[in-house]
Amino acid sequence: MLEARHLDCIRGNQTLFMGLNCTVSRGEILHVQGPNGCGKTTLLRILCGITLAESGLVLWCGKDIRSNRAEFYSELAYVGHSHGIKLELTPRENLRMSMVLSGRDNAAGLAQALDQVGLSGSEDIPCASLSAGQRRRVALGRLYLTPATVWILDEPLSAIDQAGSAEFESLLCRHAGNGGITVLTGHQELSVSGQSITNLSLPA
Amino acid sequence: MTQATLGQTLGALVQRDFKIAYRNRGELANPLLFYIIVMTLFAFGVGPDPAQLREVAPGIIWVAALLATLLALNGLFRSDFEDGSLEQLIMSAQPIPILLLGKVLVHWSVTGLPLLLITPFLAMLMHLDGPALGVLLLSLLVGTPILSLIGSVGGALTVGVRRGSLLLALIVLPLYIPVLIFGTSAVQAAASGLPVAGQIYLLSSMFVLALTLTPIAAAAALRISVN
Repeated sequence: MLEARHLDCIRGNQTLFMGLNCTVSRGEILHVQGPNGCGKTTLLRILCGITLAESGLVLWCGKDIRSNRAEFYSELAYVGHSHGIKLELTPRENLRMSMVLSGRDNAAGLAQALDQVGLSGSEDIPCASLSAGQRRRVALGRLYLTPATVWILDEPLSAIDQAGSAEFESLLCRHAGNGGITVLTGHQELSVSGQSITNLSLPA
Repeated sequence: MTQATLGQTLGALVQRDFKIAYRNRGELANPLLFYIIVMTLFAFGVGPDPAQLREVAPGIIWVAALLATLLALNGLFRSDFEDGSLEQLIMSAQPIPILLLGKVLVHWSVTGLPLLLITPFLAMLMHLDGPALGVLLLSLLVGTPILSLIGSVGGALTVGVRRGSLLLALIVLPLYIPVLIFGTSAVQAAASGLPVAGQIYLLSSMFVLALTLTPIAAAAALRISVN
């Protein structure tokens, strides 16, 4: 269970949110919504523990993530606004690195993930020559390979086409069905059959 | 699925960084070219007198190597910071300081090591030979990794700052001074036929100190920078 308690966030001299509480249990999907600049990305980064909230706590299984980093990070997959992939490397090389960083090494899974994410045929082209949508697919490919329970995804579907979105939604369904936790932002409505989505609207 | 150990993760990271360095090899030439240019200019500037050149050589070679290292430091974390790889790295379940050690190792191998390899030729230009040349190479072999390690802390602190290179220089240069002093004094002592063990031991202890402490500081600094 991922829980945020009384999060206050101030960026510069602008208050983004005060006293924010939220709880995401296993099998749940939390969709963070709100207008541009309302602090969605910041909230996600606070939940990952890479940005500090002004005050408040983020708890994973009842323990503060900042004092149990290794434990939390072995359960976390984050796809941020920047893809976190190297343009000099091919999708295969990028995903191999992500997989090893998340604590796994599985060559068969890697080939399968490349196929599932729709990159078969371009897996050995440097990412610098791929389109924005294809680069996003490489970043999302990480989710097929990670053993993580908690997925924190910042606008996962930006630049992704319709077929890719549908594939992503079914991936989310499987993850929730396996008891995974997802927190994501995005301006599209998600259709995930059989799984409940909780909406969290941040004030402007 | 098999579990990846720390060794495998480190190996994959080192391999990845070498690959990236190889695919960007044009950029790697910059610090090396800088080093060669500075040394050549000094050889012309000081004049053709071998005795005079030999006297100033240790200081000049060390300063040039130090500045070339500084020039290369900016690239240590910059691209990882910009494309989000750094966030992924610090969210790894593996201990970050060890992974950073791998990054610094690659960085030194592609920036510090080439300086070391070209130095014998540049030393010829400065009429530095015999035992002094051997000691110069030894002092650079121990000294340039210290420069890279200390630089990794500065690089980690300034990676989030736009145009952070001047700030980076201000942070790391004072810490580079002891290395410079003992490095040059070892070479000068060797040139005058004096024992150099003391300086080399001191440099080695600085190396061990940097190796054990700077990765921890750099990891903490990176956490601040991505905040």
